[in-house]
Amino acid sequence: MTKKETIERAERAKTKKAALGEDITIEGYIAGEEHETLNSLDEFPEEYRQDLLDAGIEPSEKGRSGSFLQRDCSVVFSTVKYPGLELMSTTDALKKHDWLKDYLWKAVPVDQDKYTADVELGQTQGYFIRSEPGKKVTMPVQSCLFISSDKIGQKVHNIVIAEENSELHIITGCSVSHAVNSALHLGVSEFYVKKGAKITFTMIHNWGPGMEVRPRSAVVIEDDGAFISNYILMTPVKSLQMYPTAYCVGKNARASFQTVIYAIGDTKIDSGTRTVLRGEGSRSEIISRVIATDNAKVIARSDVIGEGTNARGHIECRGLMLSDTAEIDSIPELKATRKDLDLSHEAAVGKVAEEEIQYLMARGLSEEEATSVIIRGFLNVDITGLPEGLARETKKMFDLSLEKVV
Amino acid sequence: MLEIKDLTVEVEGKEIIRNLNLNIEEGEVHVLFGPNGCGKTTLLMTLLGFPNYKVTGGCIMFKGVDITNLPTNERVKLGMGMSFQHPPEIRGVKLGDMVNIAQGRKEETIDEDVIALAKRLNISVEFLNRDVNLGFSGGEVKRSEILQLLAQSPDFIMFDEPDSGVDVENIELIGKIMSELLDRNKMPSKREKAGLIITHSGSIMRHIKADRAHVMLEGRIACSGMPDEITRNVMETGFERCVELCVRSKEVDAE
Repeated sequence: MTKKETIERAERAKTKKAALGEDITIEGYIAGEEHETLNSLDEFPEEYRQDLLDAGIEPSEKGRSGSFLQRDCSVVFSTVKYPGLELMSTTDALKKHDWLKDYLWKAVPVDQDKYTADVELGQTQGYFIRSEPGKKVTMPVQSCLFISSDKIGQKVHNIVIAEENSELHIITGCSVSHAVNSALHLGVSEFYVKKGAKITFTMIHNWGPGMEVRPRSAVVIEDDGAFISNYILMTPVKSLQMYPTAYCVGKNARASFQTVIYAIGDTKIDSGTRTVLRGEGSRSEIISRVIATDNAKVIARSDVIGEGTNARGHIECRGLMLSDTAEIDSIPELKATRKDLDLSHEAAVGKVAEEEIQYLMARGLSEEEATSVIIRGFLNVDITGLPEGLARETKKMFDLSLEKVV
Repeated sequence: MLEIKDLTVEVEGKEIIRNLNLNIEEGEVHVLFGPNGCGKTTLLMTLLGFPNYKVTGGCIMFKGVDITNLPTNERVKLGMGMSFQHPPEIRGVKLGDMVNIAQGRKEETIDEDVIALAKRLNISVEFLNRDVNLGFSGGEVKRSEILQLLAQSPDFIMFDEPDSGVDVENIELIGKIMSELLDRNKMPSKREKAGLIITHSGSIMRHIKADRAHVMLEGRIACSGMPDEITRNVMETGFERCVELCVRSKEVDAE
C-alpha cells in the first residue's frame, strides 16, 4: 500500500464510528506548543516528576537500556544505552529505515475506525523500538507518553519490532499531569515478534478523570515467538475503549495478557483482549482482574479465536464489586473453527466475602486491613515471563499503584 | 484464663447454645465432644466473636476482660487463636502471607524461623507460595492452620476438628505439634497456654493429653469428666449413652 493509498483509506474512514465504546468527539483537540528537548530525564520539570514515577518511569535511567519521553506532541528525550537496541521517534525511524513503511498499518488497519484514521492523518510522533536479530536486550526499555497541557490531542503511532531470536522488555507508561482537565490520547501500537523472538510489554496507564483514551494495538507473532503483556490501570479515566489483538500466526507462537484494572469514580472502561490462534500449536492465555467501585462502569471482554491445529487458549476473568452503583460486564468469548484445538474460559464476578474477612480478623487484622488484603490478593496476578529483576520491579510498581487506592 | 457464664447464643434467630458455663484455667487443655449440630463449632465461633453468632445472654471473660462484645481482632490481640475446620480460600493471598499476618510482620519475606517450623510440618517453601486453602487437601488445611498458629503463638487456642479428614500419619504429627503449642511437654506448673479442642471422632486424643473433657448435647454441656474416661465412653457407647453414664455416676457420687 502506497502512502497515497493509505491516506485515501484514512480519509474514507474519518467519520467511521468504532465497533465498540461510546463515540467520542475528537475534533477540537490541539497539538499544543513544541517542547524543548532535554539532555537528561532529570531536567523534566519537577512538577511532573511524580506523574512520571506513577507511570513506572525511572528518571535516573538506572537499569534501563534506553529511555523515550514524549511530552504532548514533542519527543523531548530519546536515548539508547545498549548495543542491538534501537529507540527513537517513529518519524525519525521512518526517515532512517526505508523498509519501515512496510510495517505501518500492517497489524492494525488504518481504516479500522475514525481514531486510527485520525492517527494517520494527524499523527503526532510515537516511538519506534527494535531489537536487532539475535540480540537479547534483557535490560528493560522505558518509554512514556505524557500529556502536560489542557486540550491536547496526542495521536501517536508506535512500532515495536523484535527481530528473529531477539528479546525486548518494555516498560511503558502513559501519564497525564494533574493539572489537565481534558485531553485525548489516540495510540496506535503495532508489534512484530519475529521467529524465536520475545517481547514483554508492561504498561501502566496513569490517566485522569478528564481523559478520553482510544488505544489501538495489535501484535503479530511468528514461529516460536512470544508476546507477554502486563497492563495496569488504577487511576480514574473519563472514557477508555481498547481491544488489543494478538495474531499468533507462527507455529508455536505464544501470547499472554494480564490485565489489572481498578476502576474508581465515574470511570468508563470498555477493555478487551483478543487472541487469534492461527499457527499450529499456538497458545494464548488471557487473565484479567477488574475491581469496580463508586460509579465506575467496566466492560471486560476477552475473545479467543482458534484456527490452527492443536491451538490452545484459555481465558480467566474475575471481577470484584465494591459498590452498588458500579457495574462490571464480563464477556468472555471463544470461537473454534476446527476440531483439534482446545479453548476454555472461566469468568466470575463477586464481592469481598464476609468469611474471608473474618478469617483474616482471626489472624489479628482489623476489618479494614482484612478487606485491603483481600483486594490486593484479588489483584495479585503472578507476573510471569519477565526477567527476575524486572518482575520484582513490576511487582513494586504494582504495589505502589495499589497503595494509592487500597 | 477463660470463663464462660450462662452463655446463650443465637444464629440467624435460632437459639443454638443455652446457658452454657465453662471455665478453662491457664495451663489447661479441655476437649469437647458432641454429635454434629450440638453447637460445638457455634461455641468456638462465638468465643472468637464472629458477627453471625449473637450472644443473647451471659458473658465471656478472657484474661479478666469481658470480651463478649469485642471484635474478633481485639480478642486475637488479647491472645486468642483458632484452627479452623473449613477455612475459606483467598485468592492471591498466599499461605506465606497468612503466616506473616499471624506473626504481625509487615514484610513480604518469610521469617527463617517460620520456614523451619514449616519444615517440621512437612510444608515446603513452594507450598508457602500457594494461595491459602485453594485446592488444599484435608491434611494440608490442618497443617496450614497449625503453621499459622505457630506463627501467631496465642495463649488460648481453639481447635475445630483437628482430626477430621486427616490420615493417620498426619494425625500423629498434628497431635505432636498441638502438644507443643499447648505446653503439654512442660511440667504442669510451667504450663501457660490453654486450649479447647473440638472433636467428633476423638482420634486426636490418642496423640494429645487433655486435662478435662466435656460432652455437649443440644447446646449445653451435658457432662464433664476425666478425658480418658469420657473418651472411652464416647467411643464405646456413643454420646448420649456417655451422658447417661455420666449422670448416673454423679447420682452415685451424690448418694
